[in-house]
Amino acid sequence: MCTGTSSRRGFLFKLGVGLNALAAALVGVPVIGYILGPARGRSAQAWIRLGPLGSFPEGQTRLATYQNPLRVAWDGATATIPCWVRRISGERFQIFAVNCAHLGCPVRWFAQSRLFMCPCHGGAYYEDGSRASGPPPRGLFEYEYEVRDGQLWVRGGQIPTLSEPV
Amino acid sequence: MFRAIGHWFEERTGIGGILALPMEHRVPRQTASWAYVFGSATMILFVLQIATGICLALVYVPSPDQAYESLEYLNYQAALGWYLRAIHFWGSNAMVLVMTLHMIQVFLWGAHKYPRELTWVAGVLLFLCTLGMAFTGQILRWDQDAYWGLGIGSSIVARVPFAGSALVHVLLGGPIVAGRTLSRFFTLHVFALPGLLIGLVGLHLWLVLRLGINEWPMPGRLVDRETYRQRYEEEVAKDGVPFFPVAARKDMVAMGVVVLLVLLCAAIFGPHGPSGVPDPAIIDTAPKPDFYFLSLFALFALLPPWTETAILLVGPPLAIGFLLLLPFFAGTGEKSWRRRPVSVLGVLLILVTVVSLAFLGVIVPWSPVMDAWSGLPTPIAYVRGRSPLELQGAVVLQNKQCRNCHSLGGAGGRRGPALDGVATRLTQDQLIRQVLQGGGNMPAYGKNLTPAEVSALVAFMQTLRPANQSPARTAIGSSTPAP
Repeated sequence: MCTGTSSRRGFLFKLGVGLNALAAALVGVPVIGYILGPARGRSAQAWIRLGPLGSFPEGQTRLATYQNPLRVAWDGATATIPCWVRRISGERFQIFAVNCAHLGCPVRWFAQSRLFMCPCHGGAYYEDGSRASGPPPRGLFEYEYEVRDGQLWVRGGQIPTLSEPV
Repeated sequence: MFRAIGHWFEERTGIGGILALPMEHRVPRQTASWAYVFGSATMILFVLQIATGICLALVYVPSPDQAYESLEYLNYQAALGWYLRAIHFWGSNAMVLVMTLHMIQVFLWGAHKYPRELTWVAGVLLFLCTLGMAFTGQILRWDQDAYWGLGIGSSIVARVPFAGSALVHVLLGGPIVAGRTLSRFFTLHVFALPGLLIGLVGLHLWLVLRLGINEWPMPGRLVDRETYRQRYEEEVAKDGVPFFPVAARKDMVAMGVVVLLVLLCAAIFGPHGPSGVPDPAIIDTAPKPDFYFLSLFALFALLPPWTETAILLVGPPLAIGFLLLLPFFAGTGEKSWRRRPVSVLGVLLILVTVVSLAFLGVIVPWSPVMDAWSGLPTPIAYVRGRSPLELQGAVVLQNKQCRNCHSLGGAGGRRGPALDGVATRLTQDQLIRQVLQGGGNMPAYGKNLTPAEVSALVAFMQTLRPANQSPARTAIGSSTPAP
């Protein structure tokens, strides 16, 4: 065995390791990106039109829906996001996420007793969204809204949670 | 003929010879027992899940706009599609159940002790992966329970300090439940977790073969790192029996019985769901998890709210860490459950806790009955002979949704106390105060009732007491109206 052969073998081994490491790194970029990419929390919020003011009578709370601003073609019905719109008077509104602040179940509005009730663990909220009873640690999540040219707009597009309350 | 073909293959592949070794390896005589059949029963259920899962994946469309329709197609149009779905559902239930029995058995028989620590650790990981399969499988059903179940999952994950929202985004594949979410759970359920499970099953079986099946524990025979393996090998050499067919006979019977029971349940009870269409705008829904997570669901309702986040975030890692580390701090000594009272009591305590929580999760006494106010009539006995004011109060009680949380005549919500005998517990003043100001987990109705409605409601509630019991009185006995 001359030293030339063994150094060539050593080089080939290192080359083999190096090429595979390079390949792994190049493949790793999209792999890691696809798995953990969503964690980079770029703001998903956008302004969406909810409808003309006339469809929200004063003093009433009504269910409205909007299309998820980040929707893809295959979202189907899940692109439709509901929210509770309370028109206090004139252009004063409150727009609540339907997701209970406790664990995210959809709360229902009872106009007679003016309460929101959650079917999962019995959370209850007053008509202004403040916590009335049960396990929720806070009141209902409230969206930002704007009135533009007689239309009600809401800023939505993400699931409201305790760590990201819209 | 067959023998000749067999020989032809064996001469070239040698697979028969390789398989004969593990099949015929010697095991302690007493382990050929009915107590030792749960592991193989779990494995055959896993095989059943793989087989039915592959068939379901041939039809299922993992896309949020079509998933629900493809399940309905399986249920009602594809030949035997309902049966495949039913087997996959009942098989998953059976797998969690039998795996739990296996875990309890090996723990009580001391199988986690030296030198089988890693076998136990692999088993715990298998258990966690199986629960992961159960949760992701529930999501693939893509109905209302799945949609809002994801909301519940996100709400729990979001409570993690600092990383909460990033974790929610990773879980959902974006900021909200949508198209990418279902694809993500499909990938987990069909590729990632099954791959992990197959690898871990391989490791688990290899370790069982390499270290030998746990011998039948005898009270008083302690595990000692110095002598254990030698003694085990001597015993097997002296009194062992070949695994196949001596021990495998019972395994085979158990496997057959378990699979046939699953098939029977599937044929009788049929597939589970999908329940309502996954349209988030349909909010008249009460999401509920499958039974494996019912106890957790119940815990969320019963924990004092201020302890919730801490227990949610610390409890599961603590429980998993305890299971994983168990063989390392209890790896020697007594194996027989007859001499391990703390272990036996621990298992019983956990079982009683999980089962009673799951039972509460079924009857959900903490949830308002959303349609009680409009669906349940006031019992006739409670309106007979009442004055007009009291009757008006009965209407108020009904219309203001009181019965969503309070029952009358045994019907209605159980969130608050039943109102049948409320007049024996609260005086008129106390009733008024409770209605107006709430408290004790009841909302205040002060702003939502007119004074006239309050008087009527309280007048009605004052009639709610058995005829032979006197109304509530204050201690000083002054404010009680004449009965």
